[in-house]
Amino acid sequence: MFGKCNNPHGHGHNYRLEVTVAGEPDPVTGMVLDLKELKEILQREVMQRMDHRFLNYEVAELKGKIPTCENIAQVIWELLDPKIKQGRLHRVRLYESADLFADCYRNGAAG
Amino acid sequence: MGVRIELGRRYRFAASHRLHTDRLSEEENARVFGKCANPYGHGHNYVLEVSVSGNVDPATGMIANLAELDRFVEREVIEEFDHHSLNEDVAAFRDVVPTTENLCIEIFERLKSFPRAKLERVRVQETANNSFEYDGNQKGKRT
Repeated sequence: MFGKCNNPHGHGHNYRLEVTVAGEPDPVTGMVLDLKELKEILQREVMQRMDHRFLNYEVAELKGKIPTCENIAQVIWELLDPKIKQGRLHRVRLYESADLFADCYRNGAAG
Repeated sequence: MGVRIELGRRYRFAASHRLHTDRLSEEENARVFGKCANPYGHGHNYVLEVSVSGNVDPATGMIANLAELDRFVEREVIEEFDHHSLNEDVAAFRDVVPTTENLCIEIFERLKSFPRAKLERVRVQETANNSFEYDGNQKGKRT
């Protein structure tokens, strides 16, 4: 089923995460949300948890799950969604490689 | 509520085409298609992006087995298109101009029967600066 992805000591990827937030630009600042704030959220919720970590063992949210691109993307969505107060999380796209990615959308929302 | 997940996969193929239609005069073809109407055709390194959706299997963590998706796309699209002339070698383009719009529609039609997940859309990048998408919506369908 998993081919060489099943090798016992694991393997790594340089993941790339794309986060899209949708909403009305604030009439004063012209921003949907403050990029600095988004950056802090991403740093705290995703980078500190996952960057240079062994996803199978070190990320509590992935316990009991196979760290496929689909599952990691969903965990990231669930971590970010409650933290984004201005605008709404529209899409999380996680690239495992240049040729493979998973997209998460809010259920019921158009892609 | 909850989350909807799609799996996206990129494939590459090189193919040639000529944009030309017998429904227009030679002058009109030249005006509409410009150098894309040159008689011997020209090539592109196409990038095909395929998005599928479905439930993530709790046992495997996957929407669809990638190897199966790869084999399906390879068999249905890449084998016939890669290093071929779209006009001469693909029956669908005998009478249909192989623009990337029409290419998207043809590829979507070929891939929509993928048995393991729902085909959401295909996106075809003709060059780094232009790409086209089709999600099966009839409004985009050629007549």
